[in-house]
Amino acid sequence: MQQVTNRNLTTRFLFLGLFFLITIPASLFAQDEDLVKGKALFNTNCAACHSLDKKLTGPALRGVEAKLSDEQGLDRDWIYAWIRNSSAVIKSGDAYAVKIYAEYNNAAMTPLPQLSDEDINNILAYTAQEKAAPVAGSEAITQTDEQSTSGISKELILGALAILFLLLAFGLYLVNKTLRRIAFANNIEVPVSEKTLWQAFVKNQFLILVVSIFFLLASAYFAFGYFMQLGIDQGYQPVQPIHFSHKIHAGDNKIDCKYCHSSARVSKTSGIPSLNVCMNCHKSIFEYNGETTAEYTKEYYDTEINKLYAAVGWDDAEQQYTGETQPVKWVRIHNLPDFVYYNHSQHVSVAGLECQTCHGPIEEMEEVYQYSPLTMVWCLDCHKKTNINTKGNEYYAKIHEQLSKNYGVDNFTVKENGGLECGKCHY
Amino acid sequence: MSSNKKYWKSIEELSGDNSSMIETLKHKEFVQEIPVDEFLGDKSTLESSSTTRRDFLKYVGFSTAAASLAACEGPVIKSIPYVVQPEQIIPGVANYYATTIANGYDFASILVKTREGRPIKIENNNLAATNGSANARIYASVLDLYDSKRVAGPKKNGEESSWTEFDDDTAQKLNELKDSGKEIVLLTQTFASPSTSKLISEFKEKYGNVRHVVYDAISESAAIEAYQNKYGERGLPNYDFSKASTIVSVGADFLGDWQGGGFNPGYAKGRVPNHGKMSRHIQFESNLSLTGANADKRVPLTLSQQKNALGKLYGKITGISVSGKDLPTHIEEAVNNAASELLKAGSKGVLVTGIQDVNAQSVVIAINEKLGSKAFDSLTTINTRQGNDKAVTKLVTDMKAGTVGAIIMSGVNPMYTLPNASDFAEGLEKVELSVAFSMKEDETSSLAKYIAATPHYLESWGDTEILKGQFGLIQPTIRPLFDTKQFQDALLMWNGNDVTYHDYIKKNWEDNILNGSSWNQALHDGVFVGESKSIEEEIDDSVENIESINLNIDVAARTLASASSNGLELALYPKTGMGDGQQANNPWLQEFPDPITRASWDNYLTVSKADAEELGFKNENVANGGLNGSYADVTVEGITITVPVIIQPGQAKGSVGLSFGYGRTAGLKDEMKTGVNAYALYQNFNSTQNVTVNVASGTHEFACVQLHNTLMGRGDIIHETTLEVFNSKDHREWNPMPQVSKDHEMIDATSPDANLWDEFDRSIGHHFNLSIDLNACTGCGSCVIACHAENNVPVVGKIEVRRSRDMHWLRIDRYYSSEDTFDGDNNKKESAKGLFGETGIKDTLRSMESAAENPQVAFQPVMCQHCNHAPCETVCPVAATSHGRQGQNHMAYNRCVGTRYCANNCPYKVRRFNWFLYNGNDEFDFHMNDDLGRMVINPDVTVRSRGVMEKCSMCIQLTQKTILDAKRDGRAIKANEFETACSKACSSGAMRFGDINNKQDDIVALKDDDRAYHLLESVGTKPNVVYQTKVRNIKEV
Repeated sequence: MQQVTNRNLTTRFLFLGLFFLITIPASLFAQDEDLVKGKALFNTNCAACHSLDKKLTGPALRGVEAKLSDEQGLDRDWIYAWIRNSSAVIKSGDAYAVKIYAEYNNAAMTPLPQLSDEDINNILAYTAQEKAAPVAGSEAITQTDEQSTSGISKELILGALAILFLLLAFGLYLVNKTLRRIAFANNIEVPVSEKTLWQAFVKNQFLILVVSIFFLLASAYFAFGYFMQLGIDQGYQPVQPIHFSHKIHAGDNKIDCKYCHSSARVSKTSGIPSLNVCMNCHKSIFEYNGETTAEYTKEYYDTEINKLYAAVGWDDAEQQYTGETQPVKWVRIHNLPDFVYYNHSQHVSVAGLECQTCHGPIEEMEEVYQYSPLTMVWCLDCHKKTNINTKGNEYYAKIHEQLSKNYGVDNFTVKENGGLECGKCHY
Repeated sequence: MSSNKKYWKSIEELSGDNSSMIETLKHKEFVQEIPVDEFLGDKSTLESSSTTRRDFLKYVGFSTAAASLAACEGPVIKSIPYVVQPEQIIPGVANYYATTIANGYDFASILVKTREGRPIKIENNNLAATNGSANARIYASVLDLYDSKRVAGPKKNGEESSWTEFDDDTAQKLNELKDSGKEIVLLTQTFASPSTSKLISEFKEKYGNVRHVVYDAISESAAIEAYQNKYGERGLPNYDFSKASTIVSVGADFLGDWQGGGFNPGYAKGRVPNHGKMSRHIQFESNLSLTGANADKRVPLTLSQQKNALGKLYGKITGISVSGKDLPTHIEEAVNNAASELLKAGSKGVLVTGIQDVNAQSVVIAINEKLGSKAFDSLTTINTRQGNDKAVTKLVTDMKAGTVGAIIMSGVNPMYTLPNASDFAEGLEKVELSVAFSMKEDETSSLAKYIAATPHYLESWGDTEILKGQFGLIQPTIRPLFDTKQFQDALLMWNGNDVTYHDYIKKNWEDNILNGSSWNQALHDGVFVGESKSIEEEIDDSVENIESINLNIDVAARTLASASSNGLELALYPKTGMGDGQQANNPWLQEFPDPITRASWDNYLTVSKADAEELGFKNENVANGGLNGSYADVTVEGITITVPVIIQPGQAKGSVGLSFGYGRTAGLKDEMKTGVNAYALYQNFNSTQNVTVNVASGTHEFACVQLHNTLMGRGDIIHETTLEVFNSKDHREWNPMPQVSKDHEMIDATSPDANLWDEFDRSIGHHFNLSIDLNACTGCGSCVIACHAENNVPVVGKIEVRRSRDMHWLRIDRYYSSEDTFDGDNNKKESAKGLFGETGIKDTLRSMESAAENPQVAFQPVMCQHCNHAPCETVCPVAATSHGRQGQNHMAYNRCVGTRYCANNCPYKVRRFNWFLYNGNDEFDFHMNDDLGRMVINPDVTVRSRGVMEKCSMCIQLTQKTILDAKRDGRAIKANEFETACSKACSSGAMRFGDINNKQDDIVALKDDDRAYHLLESVGTKPNVVYQTKVRNIKEV
């Protein structure tokens, strides 16, 4: 909850800042619009291979226009030509074009003939921007403040409550004392019970019987509860060797689960993605630029990305693989016993279930935990109430037809299709 | 009550003289002094020790607490994904690759199922219908890959070495030898590989004085020579038994390993009655072989009589007078009948023989040519046996003489398989360079200077030409597990050719074989049918011409007809499970019960009942449920070995049998060192020897899984009839439905009125049935091994098998008739009258316990019958076994508490109990006890633990997969798409599986066939396994 509030605060601050930025001088407005457009265009068309400050598949592009005109004497027309069809420029024998082509491993740039002059101008305006001074520091500070105040408030409440209780106890003691003094003064004898409460209890056999039955039942209940939860790891949230945030990937960036866990479509296992899948994106995403919190700072995430690079053997500076790999030893979270057969593709591809049905709000999980108990009861509960979607699946056509003919049933659940039979999952 | 008895403990005490000894002993509890002083006397050490008693207790307490605390936490399981995932591997999805096995003994095109990059199962390649079919050994060969006794890298003089050292040393030595003119010998298995032949030719060219000797452990030299005499080239004629209506075999176990084996599918095709017709099979043989057990008429006779019979057969068929030794009248008659039947069948008749004699083989070729037999194919030769006995003999002589400079061996183990192994060892010492390409440190390679560790065939490249013009490719299905090198790669290295063998094969195929077809397609299919332009490697031996016989067939036949022998004749044979013995370290095969004797973990001397009585051999079932037998000393030309004896019904009097493949001593685990080595008696590569047999002392304990051998006239277990009756009478007569009495009226056992239970509607969804055709089933046991591989069935070892704790989910029961026929049994039992007396039921049954001298044999594969009204389900107290709507009887291992009620209540006795933990247990040191061996485990099937019941699941993991695949593709299930491991493995087509609710499946017709019946129908269990009545073609034409 804390983090969520903070995040809202942060965004609010950001919006405020943006608002100020936008509303200050009107003369800047037009330029800013260019920048916004340019940024959008850059992200759609260029970002896959270029970064502003870092060499990726292609060179870093900050201040590219200035650099080209200063160092090579190339004007904007050359840039237009290059962007729209670089191979033509290379073929024409342009010296610099040939040189840069060779420098980047003879990888030709994707031609972008759809970009108008204005678009390219906007992109260039965006690339011409000065590097912004880091603001993360101040943000972090405000956040720590935020956090400390909220922490104090909690403690305060608890402290106040404790004092309140102490006062109450003291008050009662005073009242008792005063009453006794009054009684003593008025010569009223305070009846002293001969038996203590404990003695009375021990004498009362019925009470003992009832209490012992109660205790036995209660301990049986708790013992049963304890034993039933053995081996159930609901909520299990181990620390992983690389802090992979599903929140950032599946939540913020809305990457389809099955992009990485592709074998869930066809296999019994969902598959932990191999590192080459990570590198499909992380070849160009070398740093984290999303929202951060005090705990999860940009530096923190960048370190984690570097862990990936170390594991897969990617030299980010040289943009090439070193060949030295260190497979990542993830800690397995969801673990069914060996005597259970579970098939992801049956549930994902055939039944069309969302991953979240069993795995919970993955897109909100910074670190994944086991959301469902994964017990047999839990499986069966779902099998009992879920209707099979037979529409459009030729496999079910005959069964469905026979069922509706013989029994007049239109829908049937997994259970009715034999989904509760032992041998369907245990073999 | 007091007693004044005095108990004395020694003579001294009794005699009363108070010797000092009694006194001393009285005061001493132990005879020897307890060395207390030794421990506590050394005061200085004790005092100087920093650990006090209290400290010690603290440590104990702490470590106990720590251990129990640590146990509270669940284990942390790590999952390690690929760094770069190979494109074709999806975790959890099996990949199949087509390849070929060619280990020198077994040759077949196969499919390999791999999971996450490791091969876990072998299956038949159906594209390669003509290219051999897999047998039990081939299905088990995947386990050889994960053999913990494999050599992990090259070795030099027993020490670990490197390939660079090997390459340098050997190349240098070979060049020296080339210059010195000493001979270089390649002693290899039969490769039947065009590319290897080419490579060897190149090797010969480069080094000049090279001799290539091909050596088959179990020789077919005589047949090859006979073929060569007739057709001018070395080879074996091929036979297609599906084209024959009359098959006569004289000593050929063609359903076993005769001439390379693989004849099952063709044979079985002709055995299923089709439009009232089926083939007729007459077998003359001495041992009861798998083939003889399947014959319509089997004549037991010794080997010399076989020769006589063959000679006479030739005379009868060609009309040339062949006189010779007189045969007993019933044999004489059988020979005459066989001849007339062959003549009548004409081109639809075929004759085969397994006699290792050029004359006999030549006569058979002549008869088949005379008949114009369509089943006999002299053009498409079989290339899987190319060994030359004479060349091997000459090599051993030359080695001893010291004329051989280098010997390079690949795929052979002469120190184990040669009868004169000591001569070979002597010769090996005189050879300057000896290299053994081997997967094991076996009898031979451990004597060689260099062991070149070879990959398993599932890790290798290669090609084959099993039949002329039928090519196959061998491709690796896993990266080599060890630091190994193929023989062919070494040849390339020696030839100075720096391409890989893969590139070499590809080039050779593109140049010479593919003829423009796609290499990728050929690799995908695993087979390619082309024109044989075989780059015939010159086997230029002078030995070839040692005895070039200009054979006159008539003379040959007469020689045969007058062959004689004195004393007992030993017939050596390869056992179905063990073959030539190269797979002896394979626990699946060791535990595989022999189809005939049903004994596992052993080889033994098979003796006829008459001879056993004469010689004094005994077999008995003892009280602990095991079979015990006497030992025999078997002597051939002065060499004596001691073997246990099994009294074998059907064994010809005057003959004994002994199988190859056992008695290995090196390169295998101690548990696998079973049986005795019969190669010691394989003099002159002749499978028949004159022997003297004597009783030896001692009793052998067999691990035999079937102790009761006869059916006791219970014809309802195996329904059988004759072709005549089958064709002429109503099926209710020869395949009767058992009757039960209801209200004093007899009704069908299957009628709804005789039903105790409520029926479910099983018409919706799938309903699986398995049909087993007793006519097509040859008892080969492929299904047993396939089931092992698919279902992670554990191996329990010899002692446990002896205690009837074998875990086979699928067994093949073998029954002998006690009369001449099973029909005779039924009649005899029915005709018994009263309780006692000669015709009384008591004595009748007692006499029916022993099998006839030449019994009829029937095989019946039995697995869980998946009863619709299963008796096991009703008695399970925890509902661990229950019924599925798809007809399968489920077994939830995690629910089972091991009461074994179900096994007791099962009328078919198909449930198996895990008495022990068979995986990761040093007491059961088989493949499941090491990480390497466990790689063969099928990840889709639970590995069962101790204390649970298990049984055939009808391969529910496969049916569920088929369903899921269809669902995912959004399509209906195709016809005959459902398969089980056993039905897939059955090359004879006896086992058919399918969904009876899918009218396109073949099973629908089979289930309602006239021949169909259920096992113990009268019990009312309504099984989902259906058997097809066995039909015998006994009428002599």
